[in-house]
Amino acid sequence: MSFFDDKINRRRVLQGSALLGAGLAAPMVMRRRAWAQEFRNDPGNAGSITLGFNVPQTGPYADEGADELKAYQLAVKHLNGEGDGGMMNTMKPSSLKGNGVLGKKVEYVTGDTQTKSDAARASAKRMIEKDGVLMFSGGSSSGVAIAQQSLAQEMGVIFMNGLTHSNDTTGKDRRRYGFRHFFNAYMSGRALGPVLQEEMGTDRRAYHLTADYTWGWTQEESIKNTTEELGWQTVNAVKTPLGAGDFSQYITPVLNSGADVLILNHYGKDMVNSLTQAVQFGLRDKQANGKNFEIVVPLFSRLMAQGAGENIKGILGTTNWNWSLQDEGSQAFVKSFGQEYGYPPSQAAHTCYVQTLLYANACEMAGTFYPPEVIKALEGFQFDGMGNGPTEYRAEDHQCFKSVLVVRGNDNPTSQFDLLKVVKEVPRSQVEYPPTLFGGELGPYEV
Amino acid sequence: MRDATPRSDLFFFLLFAVAVLTMPLWTAPFGASYPDLLQKFAIFGIFAIGFNILFGLTGYLSFGHAAFLGVGSYTAVWSFKLLSMSPIPAVLFGMLLAGLFAAAIGYVSLRRTGIYFAILTLAFAQMSYNLAYSVLTPITNGETGLQLTAEDPRALDALLGVDHGAGLPTPNLFGIEMIGFPAFYFCAVALIIAFYLAMRIARSPFGTMLRAIHSNQNRLSYTGVNTRPYALTAFVISGMYAGLAGSLLAVTDPLAGAERMQWTASGEVVLMTILGGAGTLLGPVLGAVVIKYFENIFSAFNNATLHATFDFLPGWLADPFVGLLSLFVGDGWHLTLGLLFMIVVIFLPGGMMEGINRTAKAVRRRREARHGASGDQDSKDGSGLSARAYHPGE
Repeated sequence: MSFFDDKINRRRVLQGSALLGAGLAAPMVMRRRAWAQEFRNDPGNAGSITLGFNVPQTGPYADEGADELKAYQLAVKHLNGEGDGGMMNTMKPSSLKGNGVLGKKVEYVTGDTQTKSDAARASAKRMIEKDGVLMFSGGSSSGVAIAQQSLAQEMGVIFMNGLTHSNDTTGKDRRRYGFRHFFNAYMSGRALGPVLQEEMGTDRRAYHLTADYTWGWTQEESIKNTTEELGWQTVNAVKTPLGAGDFSQYITPVLNSGADVLILNHYGKDMVNSLTQAVQFGLRDKQANGKNFEIVVPLFSRLMAQGAGENIKGILGTTNWNWSLQDEGSQAFVKSFGQEYGYPPSQAAHTCYVQTLLYANACEMAGTFYPPEVIKALEGFQFDGMGNGPTEYRAEDHQCFKSVLVVRGNDNPTSQFDLLKVVKEVPRSQVEYPPTLFGGELGPYEV
Repeated sequence: MRDATPRSDLFFFLLFAVAVLTMPLWTAPFGASYPDLLQKFAIFGIFAIGFNILFGLTGYLSFGHAAFLGVGSYTAVWSFKLLSMSPIPAVLFGMLLAGLFAAAIGYVSLRRTGIYFAILTLAFAQMSYNLAYSVLTPITNGETGLQLTAEDPRALDALLGVDHGAGLPTPNLFGIEMIGFPAFYFCAVALIIAFYLAMRIARSPFGTMLRAIHSNQNRLSYTGVNTRPYALTAFVISGMYAGLAGSLLAVTDPLAGAERMQWTASGEVVLMTILGGAGTLLGPVLGAVVIKYFENIFSAFNNATLHATFDFLPGWLADPFVGLLSLFVGDGWHLTLGLLFMIVVIFLPGGMMEGINRTAKAVRRRREARHGASGDQDSKDGSGLSARAYHPGE
């Protein structure tokens, strides 16, 4: 029995082969056009440029992702000359004119990283291949940031890191096309050291609980080095799986370990859970070795403090930026963010906003969007008025150097956002390190 | 009339091959015509086809197939690091190791059926995930994922004197760099071969045996047939398909992360297969395309895009409309997918293929009614897809 009649079949075969031929030819045409360009996604004479904002919209870091996205949108508004301009008015030196970037209007596309390297890279590739972005940015997990940064290098599109705190991001996994404004675990350790010594003395026994991935490892290492220099002993360092939820099995052994300080190398929801449980187990009311038992959370954020509630009071940690800072830049940013969204920005929002402005500024300085020139403009760039005092983008590893805030959970908050009190602003000189400390290779300008 | 003939199979296969190769053209109106997404379509199509060989034919529901995907990826990246940047050894070793892995897991898991089998495979996959995530960090580089470095030995390339320049090398097939559209065509060819093999398997006596396992394993045992070797073979083949998909993921993007092995990834392929139509040849590929499309395109819509799309509406209408729709796009894409899945499972238990078959049938019936009794011979061109179902009666 014949299944289709011959006339249709012949026509179909012809149609099919025509389609096939066109299909095979199409990418060749597209590719030839791609090679003719001087660099990927050159806007040419177009009236606008596109930036990609790739943040976690679902998953454990979704809260921070939402805040980051708001900051990016605000930055785009300010770059296009809408709103009150925020930090564009306080940034020094600034080449920004408030008419877009190099006279082109800024547009943006968004994506969801799901806090997974694969999803983040897929989303970033969509932005680069389909939406033609000139720069992409985003953060909240160091693993994901590192994965996107190496993609940036492969594709020749600049990646501005959002929140990522691991030493590896600008250490062994640094890339020519990746830049980080946020501070890192090493700086946290350096900044915390003197304050810990002042508050807790030099004869302490520390117990670490560490999130079992890149960021946790580097932070544990950095804090351990600092505290051991002070003369502290490390009783034990236990790795906990990411997203464990219940930390009681890890906290019970702390009680009888002979330790008198618990260091929680956790972030996000993990930190909220482990801290809450540690307090519930009565660690903070305990006496050990004749001293008050203390808890330290080296990387703090206001969003986490909100989650941990009462338990955060009096606990020491570090942060990249806090909305209560009184300098001109911070105030301008808090004001325009507050007007737009009705609450103060988090440190994640701050770093993302600043990164967007810095990229735009570098394009203006270079006078082109050609990535190698933009990279050169960013490398070694010194600026002020962005909330952290004088700051430098170090050319050797693309890490920003600036002062670091040591903070304490506020005992008497005046509002639901007033959760962190700045104990000390540790100057840049104390947290600086040689660029060769963590190894790593930036790679070439031209890819 | 509904049974597949070799001729109709060949025609169907050619149609499929043409459709896959012309994908960059016909996906353009949907905004999906860019290399990365097309690669994902092809790769996850392979993954789902392989999964369907096990689930669709034998009825064994494996909840741990992502483990083989991960093994394939890690093996491929190691092949890039140690041997050569050519995708050929990467793909071969990826399939081989995934097959070995599947043989080991299948040997244990296939002692049970039904929910126990599903739980066993899930347990093994979770175990592999946790091993990759933290215990085997030297091999897998933990959460950060395994990446290429400039200092990797690449013994074969070094032997042949291939120079990769200063930057990180890209996988290349005899000089063609595996990025963008060339990488898509590489995956597309793999998909077409995988599809052809799956078709041959389904039509073979071996395939009949697998379907017999599905319909009544006990009766098969009573008649003296030892079913386990057949099920194990299907499991291993399906694991090798997953390994192929995993290594292709690494070819198009040389990075392997542990989250590829997470249970959500295993669940995703189950969703793809059921959404498209378990037990059909084309269904799993359709399911993979739909899910990857949602994940990549719907998640990228934000309020600004929505406003731009609906700015022809008057303001008082556009705002609530956009407000309502924004629940389903951007970070709400999971919601849309969930709704779609529910609709399909409730109204089309046979997946999207059932929808296509029903439409084809309705069209045919109407045409037959119009042509009267004389129309029965002309009526088949519309039913081309339906005839490929494994279970013609369903």
